[in-house]
Amino acid sequence: MTTKYTEDHEWARQDGDLIVVGITDYAQNELGDIVFVELPEVEQELSLGTEAAVIESVKAAGEVKSPVSGVVAEINSALEDEPEKVNDSPEGDGWFYKVKPSGNTDFDQLMDAEAYADFLESLS
Amino acid sequence: MNDTESLKHTPLLDLHKSANAKIVPFAGYAMPVNYELGIIKEHLHTREKAGLFDVSHMGQISIQGNNAASLLENLIPVDIQSLSVGRQKYGLFLNEKGGILDDLMIINRGDEIILVVNAACKTADFDYLQTHLGDKLSIRKLDDKALLALQGPMAGTVAERVSGEDLSDMKFMNVREISFQGITCLVSRSGYTGEDGFEISVANEYVTDLARMLLAESEVELIGLGARDSLRLEAGLCLYGHDLSQDTTPIEANLNWAISPKRRSSGERAGGFPGSDIILSQMPKNVSRLLVGLLPQSKAPVREGVTITDKDGNVVGEITSGGFSPSLGYPISMGYVDIDYATVGTELLAMVRNKPLPVNVAKSTFVPHRYHR
Repeated sequence: MTTKYTEDHEWARQDGDLIVVGITDYAQNELGDIVFVELPEVEQELSLGTEAAVIESVKAAGEVKSPVSGVVAEINSALEDEPEKVNDSPEGDGWFYKVKPSGNTDFDQLMDAEAYADFLESLS
Repeated sequence: MNDTESLKHTPLLDLHKSANAKIVPFAGYAMPVNYELGIIKEHLHTREKAGLFDVSHMGQISIQGNNAASLLENLIPVDIQSLSVGRQKYGLFLNEKGGILDDLMIINRGDEIILVVNAACKTADFDYLQTHLGDKLSIRKLDDKALLALQGPMAGTVAERVSGEDLSDMKFMNVREISFQGITCLVSRSGYTGEDGFEISVANEYVTDLARMLLAESEVELIGLGARDSLRLEAGLCLYGHDLSQDTTPIEANLNWAISPKRRSSGERAGGFPGSDIILSQMPKNVSRLLVGLLPQSKAPVREGVTITDKDGNVVGEITSGGFSPSLGYPISMGYVDIDYATVGTELLAMVRNKPLPVNVAKSTFVPHRYHR
């Protein structure tokens, strides 16, 4: 299961023919206590880089930009009642949605873990 | 990131850093927005026990001279002449249109009056005082003083334990000197959280020792500006630059109580402050809009800048502060709405990300005050 990353601090992980999407530990730490998540609708079409979900922390509102184009197959409805899961387990229970990608190119072009680590390094 | 290096800082910056604070720019200062606990836990800790806030970025100004109280009344709509020694009152600076230039605390020390003003306004406030009263009074910035706030239901217990003094007679808005193990401070029983607590003015050189002394008590945690904001919002306390501005009058802001009875139309010293004609003509509620509490009926926070409409989509107001209430577990907001829509219970809509979300007008004191009266 390969996990890849975006410069907007989303992660995308292959899960069979779907891709699971969430935000990275760095992102949840920057946002602080997350109090509200608005997820996309199942069967909603997402294009690369457009807003797929809204995240609100105590401090501010942010968004999840879709790291790949495709159609939403499943959403993590648990986040609607327990948005703090994103803080507690950003790359586990705090996943946002699963998408059926419209091709492989988007995913292939994302950063791998090493490149994302270098990217984070460049921010500090 | 080096963007905080050009900022001013308080004498406690090293303490904040050693407590792993997240430092952000605020009113030209590098300030802690939260520490390791995070905003929600810091907020809840303050409501349950006691929180220590560095508010040294705020301005402290000393005013001395003959008739200082009466001269200040030319600028502030408060009965300052009757303010007893050792008491503090809330006040406002106003422009000629009745708009609010800043909100502040006024302390009577007997031989001087001390004003505590907002960080973002402090230079303008000082210049304003100099311009209007500088030829008659001595006006000094107390840049050698830091300011701490100790807030929460256990603040009294902690302050008594550390100082060794009985503070039960020190009521809300009383001001006195207290020595904390040899560090002499000017302390008011007040704050910006809705809780009992103290605001402690202390020489810059001793503030770190005092902060460490208070933090050594098991009830006390450092609390950042993030929780300071959510605490004051729950308590329905206005934030200058957001809920109050040069374009809002005290009457629109529901601050009628801040205009002393003696300064009102039928009072002994009616008017005589900037914008008094407009402000007094607006009392008690002769305004076109009013600051109200707003309770979002869904889970999404409704924040500053969001437009409020009636059920038909007509714009009737705007949110000035809003966020998640850690104590209540749901979002709360405040904002200005047309007076016809300002009754508690009125059902309105907030346009969040182009979606209309229901919000109901509510009392702005979302969490009851627990002052030591």
